[in-house]
Amino acid sequence: MHIHRLEKIWLVIGIAMLILFLAVIGAGAFVSGMQPPTSHHHAIDPDRVAETPPFDNPGLVPAGDNEYDVHMVAYAFGYQPEKLEVPAGAKLNFHITSSDVVHGFQITGTNVNMMVMPGEINQLSYTFDKPGEYLVLCNEYCGAGHEFMSTTIIVS
Amino acid sequence: MSQLQSVQGADSVQPFDRRDAGLVMAHLAVSFAALLLGAVAGLLQGLVRGGMIELPAGIGYYQLLTAHGVLMALVFTTFFIVGFLFSGVSKTLGGRLLPGARRLGWIGFLMMSAGTAIATVVILLNQATVLYTFYAPMKASPYFYIALALVVVGSWLSGIGIFLQYRWWKASNRGKLSPLLAFMSVVTMLLWLIATLGVAATVLVQFIPWSFGWVERIDVMVSRTLFWYFGHPLVYFWLLPAYMCWYVVIPKVIGGKIFSDALARLSFILLLLFSIPVGFHHQLMEPGISPVWKYIQVVLTFMVVIPSLMTAFSLFATFELAGRAKGAKGLFGWVSKMPWGDVRFFAPFMGMLVFIPAGAGGIINASNQMNAVVHNTLWVTGHFHLTVATSVALTFFGIAYWLIPAVMNRTLTPRLHKLGIAQTIIWLVGMLFMSGSMHTVGLFGSPRRTTYTTYQDHPDALGWIPYHVAMAIGGTILFAGVLLLVYMLFELMRSPKGYTEYPIGETAEKAEATPKLFERWGLWIGLVVFLILFAYTVPLIDMLNSSNPGSRPWVTW
Amino acid sequence: MADNNRGHDRGGEQPLKGTFASVLLLAAIIAGSWLGVYVLFLARG
Repeated sequence: MHIHRLEKIWLVIGIAMLILFLAVIGAGAFVSGMQPPTSHHHAIDPDRVAETPPFDNPGLVPAGDNEYDVHMVAYAFGYQPEKLEVPAGAKLNFHITSSDVVHGFQITGTNVNMMVMPGEINQLSYTFDKPGEYLVLCNEYCGAGHEFMSTTIIVS
Repeated sequence: MSQLQSVQGADSVQPFDRRDAGLVMAHLAVSFAALLLGAVAGLLQGLVRGGMIELPAGIGYYQLLTAHGVLMALVFTTFFIVGFLFSGVSKTLGGRLLPGARRLGWIGFLMMSAGTAIATVVILLNQATVLYTFYAPMKASPYFYIALALVVVGSWLSGIGIFLQYRWWKASNRGKLSPLLAFMSVVTMLLWLIATLGVAATVLVQFIPWSFGWVERIDVMVSRTLFWYFGHPLVYFWLLPAYMCWYVVIPKVIGGKIFSDALARLSFILLLLFSIPVGFHHQLMEPGISPVWKYIQVVLTFMVVIPSLMTAFSLFATFELAGRAKGAKGLFGWVSKMPWGDVRFFAPFMGMLVFIPAGAGGIINASNQMNAVVHNTLWVTGHFHLTVATSVALTFFGIAYWLIPAVMNRTLTPRLHKLGIAQTIIWLVGMLFMSGSMHTVGLFGSPRRTTYTTYQDHPDALGWIPYHVAMAIGGTILFAGVLLLVYMLFELMRSPKGYTEYPIGETAEKAEATPKLFERWGLWIGLVVFLILFAYTVPLIDMLNSSNPGSRPWVTW
Repeated sequence: MADNNRGHDRGGEQPLKGTFASVLLLAAIIAGSWLGVYVLFLARG
């Protein structure tokens, strides 16, 4: 099968570009720890979230110097805890599950953007360097009140 | 003729078979009716989200959105594609469908139409406000899932009809290479059949029993995974027929030749292999899937970019060589030699052009952790309004303008060419406003699939409003484009009687023989199966072994 | 009939410089947009 010289060169360039992208994101994910959100496969009974620690007590738990574990529950149509307030520079390790349907958890202006599944726990960490009132919203359609599902994180 | 003859090159002046014309037109009629209905929904959505109207009590935003997704992404597309593919195999594989193939086509059509009708009713009754992705554990009426199953199984019957026609032609033309359009149709339906196994499995085994109450819980992760196993190749099911037009029809329209038959077939084989084992790139932000397997499927996704890079080269080469044959000089002289006044070229060409930003966006979306920037934002909506709603849609419109008169023995008049070019430009302007704004405001965090809200007047959300207004303007312009299109279709069906060519390109003379390897279907199917098993076995077993007990039904609307 | 193969490169191949330029432009668009979003991703991290 004959392939024109310029097409061969093109494909080498194109494939090299794709490999470069894959290398950059692969290194970022597996070397620098910039993984997509995922859990070490912690399952949970979605009907028993309110009784299952640590989600029986949603909120902040200190985990180090200006570092907190945040255990959150998403439900139609809000989040527990309702409000979060942390000092500037705080690193938050989010652990979140749903007690009903699939939700989203997105902090606008940041890379915190993950799916919240009933039966699973998702995890992501973020350091809030800049003070402000961050908008947290559900970006996965979850029912009639989906557009009301939001909260804020106040970083002072 | 008592015996079907194998038509060489299919550029004979034979009129399109009358009985096959009926089958093709039936599919196109449902396709464009769905487009119109879906467009009404889309217009309303845009105006609501732009803060310009409020919906009356009887209808909800998410209902409209469900209807819009189902009608546009499942009905408009599938019906058009099946109709177009039947027309291509009728024309190139004997000049007429085998009675058995045509019968399967009609049964498939009736099943798909029944499913479409049932789904529409259930959606309008607000019993299936689950969007076209119907994610568990939101539970719609069982008749919604039954309707979807009817559409899918109906399409399988049509696929089998196409395979039967192909198999008959190969048997009657031993040793001969199949016509390119027919080969591509077979790849498309093969892709579809393999892909829909996933959605059929989740609908038949999980959703229907669960929605009837025969089974208490559903495994949400497995259902999502089976859906997206289907959901990604779904977009290639849309894209491949557009590629068929670009590869085979456009060269004829511009008075050129197909650049390379072999490379065109190779690109389709690569698309078949790599468009299925990649569903995880729609699930990158989900828990319960290991980052290693997400990344592996990202790598496989990047491999499916390669046949599109090949296609870009082939298409530009076709234009350049055709242009040079007409005397064009220099790097881009061929541009001035293209038939810009011919809507059969203009509309699909604009589809090709838009595929550049469309594809670029797709590569970004699939880039593992980078997906966090865009996941579930309006950027994604902007992306697929470029890919399916512009590249594929404009190409389908550009096909319809000659396909309808070709099968109905009417003419594509100069006036219709002009109207079609105007329609294409209206579409591009509307899409620039709408998709351009969607991409931008998505980067600023505005979520998709969400009705008008300011999140209690949060400054971020207030900042999105001007973009949502621009989206509404774009959507209104697009709706005007749909109305013009529908008007044109009616005019086409009443245009003066005559012969309209079914444009099928010929390969350049100097091209070498295509390897027979491409039609060793067992080999390619085997490879697809291997890749699917490789990409999915371990993560699926992982999910099935989870101690997550599953979810009960929820009706949250 | 138009002769596609008018004006060959050396080696007898067809003249596809315009094609090559076009696909390079395509690659630049892909690379540029990818880089833009990558930078945004890093900035938000």
